[in-house]
Amino acid sequence: MNQKEDVIGLQSTPLEVGAAIGAASDGDSGAIAIFLGTTRRDPAAGREVLALHYEAYGEMAEAQMCQLAEEARRRWRISRIVMLHRIGRVDVGQPSVLIAVSTPHRAKAFEACRFLIDRVKAEVTIWKKEIWSDRSSSWVEGHGRQS
Amino acid sequence: MKVRLRMFAVLRERSGVTETDIELADGATVAVAMEEVGRRFASVVDLLPRTAAAVNLCYAKPGTALRDGDELALIPPVSGG
Repeated sequence: MNQKEDVIGLQSTPLEVGAAIGAASDGDSGAIAIFLGTTRRDPAAGREVLALHYEAYGEMAEAQMCQLAEEARRRWRISRIVMLHRIGRVDVGQPSVLIAVSTPHRAKAFEACRFLIDRVKAEVTIWKKEIWSDRSSSWVEGHGRQS
Repeated sequence: MKVRLRMFAVLRERSGVTETDIELADGATVAVAMEEVGRRFASVVDLLPRTAAAVNLCYAKPGTALRDGDELALIPPVSGG
């Protein structure tokens, strides 16, 4: 219930799943849903992704993430929200985004977690560049609705 | 009037500019500012039709009027996650 206990932001250090579960836990919830987005190899045409490099418009991204948390709280009865996104280099297999939501029952936790990751991907001012094994790199152009 | 321009990701890389001031006529809109960006940074012109704008941290429509001291950010299609 307490928004002040939400953990929301960008970070340049590895995402800690255990700490996120700790931050999402409280005695009023019977469920915590966690989503992790991770870097995939995505092999194509003789090359593969080694890492992603994330850049953000930090002030706007954090404000957007806080607004999304507020919107989720208007839709569902949520105890805690953890919403963290990496900036900088994220190697293959490592997580770049972590969403954890705790609610009294599991159905709402899944719904709210899905809502938050979908909206983060579509709207929040973060960009990724693929770093390829042939030493090339390319910005990924998303398909979100920005308005 | 003077507006603070910020560019990110592919726009930042192609233009070589992270942030700079641009001088605009009073009352200029986001669309006018983007035309000015296209004139100053020819390397990003082809990206501008797919570029959104934010004024003072909120997404803004092309018709939004800018004010002196505003921060105008050019936002290529986002790709977080």
